[in-house]
Amino acid sequence: MLRQIAQTGAGFRYYALVPSIPNAPITNMNRIQQKLQEDKKILSIYFTAGYPNLIDTVSILQALQESGVDMIEIGLPFSDPLADGPTIQESSTHALRQGMTTKLLFKQLKDIRKTIHIPLILMGYFNPVLQYGVEKFCAKCQEIGIDGLILPDLPLAEYQLHYKETFEKYSLLNTFLITPQTSEARIRQIDNATNGFIYMVSSASTTGVKSGIDTSQEKYFKRIANMNLKNPQIVGFGISNRATFEVATSHAKGAIIGSAFIKMLTQEGIAGINPFINNILTQS
Amino acid sequence: MNYNVNEHGYYGDFGGAFIPEMLYPNVEELRQNYLQITSEESFQKEFHDLLKAYVGRPTPLYYAKRFSEKYSTKIYLKREDLCHTGAHKVNNTIGQILLAKRLGKHRIIAETGAGQHGVATATVCALMGLECIVYMGEVDIKRQAPNVARMKMLGATVVPAMSGSKTLKDATNEAIRDWINNPEDTHYIIGSVVGPHPYPDMVARFQSVISEEVQKQLMQLEYRNAPDYVVACVGGGSNAAGIYYHYLDDPKVGIIAVEAAGKGIDSGESAATSALGKIGIIHGSKTLLMQTGDGQITEPYSISAGLDYPGVGPMHAHLFASGRGEFISITDTDAMEAGLELCRLEGIIPAIETSHALAIFKERKFKPDDVIVINLSGRGDKDLNTYIDYFNL
Repeated sequence: MLRQIAQTGAGFRYYALVPSIPNAPITNMNRIQQKLQEDKKILSIYFTAGYPNLIDTVSILQALQESGVDMIEIGLPFSDPLADGPTIQESSTHALRQGMTTKLLFKQLKDIRKTIHIPLILMGYFNPVLQYGVEKFCAKCQEIGIDGLILPDLPLAEYQLHYKETFEKYSLLNTFLITPQTSEARIRQIDNATNGFIYMVSSASTTGVKSGIDTSQEKYFKRIANMNLKNPQIVGFGISNRATFEVATSHAKGAIIGSAFIKMLTQEGIAGINPFINNILTQS
Repeated sequence: MNYNVNEHGYYGDFGGAFIPEMLYPNVEELRQNYLQITSEESFQKEFHDLLKAYVGRPTPLYYAKRFSEKYSTKIYLKREDLCHTGAHKVNNTIGQILLAKRLGKHRIIAETGAGQHGVATATVCALMGLECIVYMGEVDIKRQAPNVARMKMLGATVVPAMSGSKTLKDATNEAIRDWINNPEDTHYIIGSVVGPHPYPDMVARFQSVISEEVQKQLMQLEYRNAPDYVVACVGGGSNAAGIYYHYLDDPKVGIIAVEAAGKGIDSGESAATSALGKIGIIHGSKTLLMQTGDGQITEPYSISAGLDYPGVGPMHAHLFASGRGEFISITDTDAMEAGLELCRLEGIIPAIETSHALAIFKERKFKPDDVIVINLSGRGDKDLNTYIDYFNL
């Protein structure tokens, strides 16, 4: 619901969305939080900015939104992506060779909120953010309408000590990863440190290396589901099609597809987006 | 000021553990256990017994008379080139393999550039009967064929790193990715004082046997346990960390770090990180590294494969930023000539990495009674082809 919270002398009215979750610290719910409240399974897609072509960013975002995707992770390419397997490595190298930079990506996304209304997350490694300037980066994200960040190599302790205030100042949700090896105590710490979702890495692996979901992974999904965490979980790594999406989302709020989507883009380009997403979202 | 690591894994502003969550359990296991395990009496005994009987320690501290006369000062060489496998690298691999065994790991991975650390890792794996996988850039595999053969003879599997520029930094990326994919049974033996905490400190501690010996040897030779200067080449910086270690907090001892200028600092083909680098994150550590304005890590160049790393260990970044260390960069040409000069004056063929440290006397003058200890970190056998090509021998 909308509630009037302030009125200025000039007669402008400011409204804030009051969230229905109790104790939520952010009164102005961001697009990710709103999306997570919907009674549906979330499909999130990752793609590398600047791939296959430097100028494809906006077209890919539009095609994804039109085909019914719930959320998008825009990958900021990095020269040394430690947590990524060959598919995302190659797409990153290719994007960088074509001239993708943080500045260029921000330029491409300048007017993105005129056409895209679903949640947008920037995902990348910490060094390019550090070089851009963390505060400047966050301010730019807010200006464009980015809702959250995923920086796998910015660890929890560093974030809390040095960057949490800045991220929150610019209303950016930070997302942390957990893996089958993450201890229960640490999962609880991570759950306390964020107000969006937890990125549940499906297996001990880099991206796009293992495919499919086996019974030991399902056990892990159930174990996490039974922890009754404050934040919903979205599963990533190893999700590639309708079958794996269904298994993952039977124990979690949603799932992320990255490498499989990039492979499809390599083969079929932007025209392949709609059929690829349809295939995942259409009930068999 | 303290030049050692603090409880949070930082040297001043440098260090830390910027790692993805997938690596957290393994790195955390190490962090929680490395000090306790390595200080146990049984560990220390096994470590020092192997250093003595297997590696051949203590290595001599040799007064280089003719070399000293040439530059009118007193130069001692710490002969790490006489270690088993031909370089200081084995001090660290012995330490880490003993630690890995105590942590119950039975699969060992490593990265290598020139192949020296790969050989040192393959050697200790053979010694302990553990599986060994070494990642090496595809480009380096071609230019360091003899070391690839040595690793294979020692029973290691050498996996080419095909990503990025296919050299040391990419081999390190591949080793880290292997660790992510094998989180339960594997230990990653990093070869230098780089990577996430606790690696820089752990590797420095294993290499600190070098300065520990220098203290004792110098007492016998010069009736003092500290020289006026300690000098070492720095790529990642493990041999340097080893010879600086016990002198870090002694302000009377000058610390000189020698980086590879390649074809010249401004040539675009250089590995002089202190001159060309900016603070950033590489391989899980906040340190000085060579990068573009956009934060992409760039490829360094040096004639010496052991010095072409785009970063530098966080200890060295702190020594540079605080002014504690004096950083000098030496070109390919000057290094090669200094290497040849040591051959002719002292009958020692040094590794090209080490030749950079030997080349400082052309531009850095010392007093006649200064006592200078240079870490002669490795022997030059592995570099014969490069020397032969360079000098048309």
